[in-house]
Amino acid sequence: MRKNLNVIAAYSIMMVLILMVGIFQSWNIALSIFNLCLISAVMTMGANIQWGYAGLINFGIMGYTALGGLAAVLISVDPVQEAWRAGGFDILMSLWLIVVMVLVIRFVLKRFEKSKIRTYSIAAIIISGILLIRFSAEPGIEAIEAVDPAKTGFLGGFGLPIIFSWIVGALFAGGLAFIVGKVALGLRADYLAIATLLISEIVIAIIKHEDWLTRGVKNVIGLKRPAPYEVDLQTTDWFIKLVEKFNSGKLSVIENLADRQAALNQLVIEGSSVFVKLCYSGLFLVVVIILLILTQKALYSPWGRMMRAIRDNEEAANAMGKNVVKQHLLIFILGSAIVGIAGAMLVTQDGLFTPGSYRPMRYTFLIWVMVIVGGSGNNFGAILGGFVVWFLWIEAAPISLFLINFFTAGIPETNALKAHLIESVPYFRFLLMGLGLLFIMRYRPKGILPEKIEIK
Amino acid sequence: MDFVNAIILLLNYIFIPALTYGSQLALGAIFVTLIYGILRFANFATGDMMSFGTMMTILFTWYFQSLGVSLGVLPTALLAIPFGIIFMIFYMLLIDKFVFKYYRNQKSPPVQFAMVSIGVMFVTQAVVRIIIGPGDRRFFDGEKFIIKAREFKEMTGLNEGLALKSTQVITIFVTIVLVSLLFWFLNRTKTGKSMKAYSDNEDLALLSGIDPKKIVLVTWVIAGILATIGGALYGLDKSFKPFTYFNNMLPIFAAAIVGGIGNPFGAFLGGYVIAFSEILLTYAYKKFFMYILPESMEPSSLVQLLSTDYKFAVSFSILVIVLIYRPSGIFKGKVL
Repeated sequence: MRKNLNVIAAYSIMMVLILMVGIFQSWNIALSIFNLCLISAVMTMGANIQWGYAGLINFGIMGYTALGGLAAVLISVDPVQEAWRAGGFDILMSLWLIVVMVLVIRFVLKRFEKSKIRTYSIAAIIISGILLIRFSAEPGIEAIEAVDPAKTGFLGGFGLPIIFSWIVGALFAGGLAFIVGKVALGLRADYLAIATLLISEIVIAIIKHEDWLTRGVKNVIGLKRPAPYEVDLQTTDWFIKLVEKFNSGKLSVIENLADRQAALNQLVIEGSSVFVKLCYSGLFLVVVIILLILTQKALYSPWGRMMRAIRDNEEAANAMGKNVVKQHLLIFILGSAIVGIAGAMLVTQDGLFTPGSYRPMRYTFLIWVMVIVGGSGNNFGAILGGFVVWFLWIEAAPISLFLINFFTAGIPETNALKAHLIESVPYFRFLLMGLGLLFIMRYRPKGILPEKIEIK
Repeated sequence: MDFVNAIILLLNYIFIPALTYGSQLALGAIFVTLIYGILRFANFATGDMMSFGTMMTILFTWYFQSLGVSLGVLPTALLAIPFGIIFMIFYMLLIDKFVFKYYRNQKSPPVQFAMVSIGVMFVTQAVVRIIIGPGDRRFFDGEKFIIKAREFKEMTGLNEGLALKSTQVITIFVTIVLVSLLFWFLNRTKTGKSMKAYSDNEDLALLSGIDPKKIVLVTWVIAGILATIGGALYGLDKSFKPFTYFNNMLPIFAAAIVGGIGNPFGAFLGGYVIAFSEILLTYAYKKFFMYILPESMEPSSLVQLLSTDYKFAVSFSILVIVLIYRPSGIFKGKVL
């Protein structure tokens, strides 16, 4: 118990902070912060597996998040029959071409010795393959994008419940990580960082501009939900009764019957959105807890010890007969798959997929700040990092507004400097994140909850 | 068959824009490479440092404009750049003193430096946005065109016009002068040579009496000059927006690595490699073929290899390919 005291203390403080937001601002804000904290926690767990366990640097988190989101779209949206009829055949043919291309390359790689001619012929196969696919798919793509472009203009998905996408998102992200890992894992740490960052930008570029698959920057809105809709809740009897029961004290004070009904209606509207958010919180909490148990088990298993050995001394681990390359690839896939789950969860919660919103600041660097601040190598630390950093990211604007008003209290409202500062309040969050990261790296380089490995 | 028009077309839409964009990338790439070669880390704050320098230049430009000072046909910003550079160098030295110096003394691994530079990136981004705001700023004044497309057509009687913007000429001219000066400095002066030695082998350089503090100082000064001028030229040619500058970090990294990171000449050429391949691969060649092919063979499609949406993706793909097949870059890197 004693040795976990700092963990318990840190989490209690965090919970109190979120509760305070609930009390002083509103429960809606508190719960949406909490939900995004949970999603961030899943992302940091993924990044922590790669960085904390194995020392692999992955700056491509944005790409895996977006792929998870794409999975949510492809799983939950109903198929657009007309689009399939218009161009489905061409798309399927192109998929076939891709498969054939990969098989041919594999054949060439297996059959021939490594030589310059082989490299050039593979390059030629890839280039001619891409050109062939482009020309064969073009009419199909154009036909699909012409199908009611204001509403659909894409192939749609499978029309399954969106929850499945959490698994499919993991598969998508893991698949991408397999390719990226095969290509880039041999690189030195800082090259790997840059390569993964750029590859994730390529992924985003594809998602943004291949309208037939993702609708691109036209966004996909109104995705199905695993939780009830607010509008339905507001007309459901048991829910109204529940709200009445919860607020019976508050309502009984109001004498007038009409006023009481109006107050109840207001409470039901507020309560419905809180209830929906609570449903999401429950779902996300289950995911976080399952992942936490799995990652903790992995950390203390022989496999986890091997990963730490590889991280701390690659050559020694190699000499002991551990397959470093294979393990690196495995952990790269696992971590990315977890990030993919988070991406799908995020889109599930928002109910919309906006490829334009995937930016490296928010989805790569902020996640890294979370991992470093929380404590790399320690799962509890990584989750805490997700909570703390997301909380500050959201609450930075109100806090800095308060501070600016506090320090410039004597200056009149019309002062140009004060007005300018108040106008730029949203950007103080970057300052806070940057300073936080710099201070933690300087004075507590292992994070708030440092890695602690005890041999049991 | 009309070769003259075809060549003018390529000059106007490919060669001159690519040369300008390449010059802007090249300056940034040399900045990245210098920091990597001497201070030994990948600086993720590159784009934001450039936007800081540009911001200072813009502020001075506004100040001079309010005083009524101008350079006539040339943009006022040229007058403001030296002041921007001074502030940029000051800012960089401040960051070095409070942030990077500690890790240098600790001999931290490059990854830790990279993480720290992310912290610097966040802070710089905040500073720029708080001071000048996130919006789009144009600060170009003076004569916009040297040759207008219409005038060119009237002058030569050709179908295709050739427009030459003054910012394009300024960019290319300034880049050539600056880069020549830089290479002269690195190859001919004592300080430059000691920088090369330090980058090649730190311990040996220290043994032969090279002062590391001086090397670091000079590196940041040169970096400040490159960052401010590169950023300001980009801003003059297009426009200044903090987010675009952050994004420009990626092609700049690509240019530095493609050229062989740590090798300034490689970075210089890498900028042009990236710029030309981006524009060559995404240009629609239909009109070009209309000029050089007989009428019967005119292409029906746009003859565009990739849509312009994939402009950035092109440079990143080149980088990934180079990283896999030749991680040291086209021109062997790691030494100045």
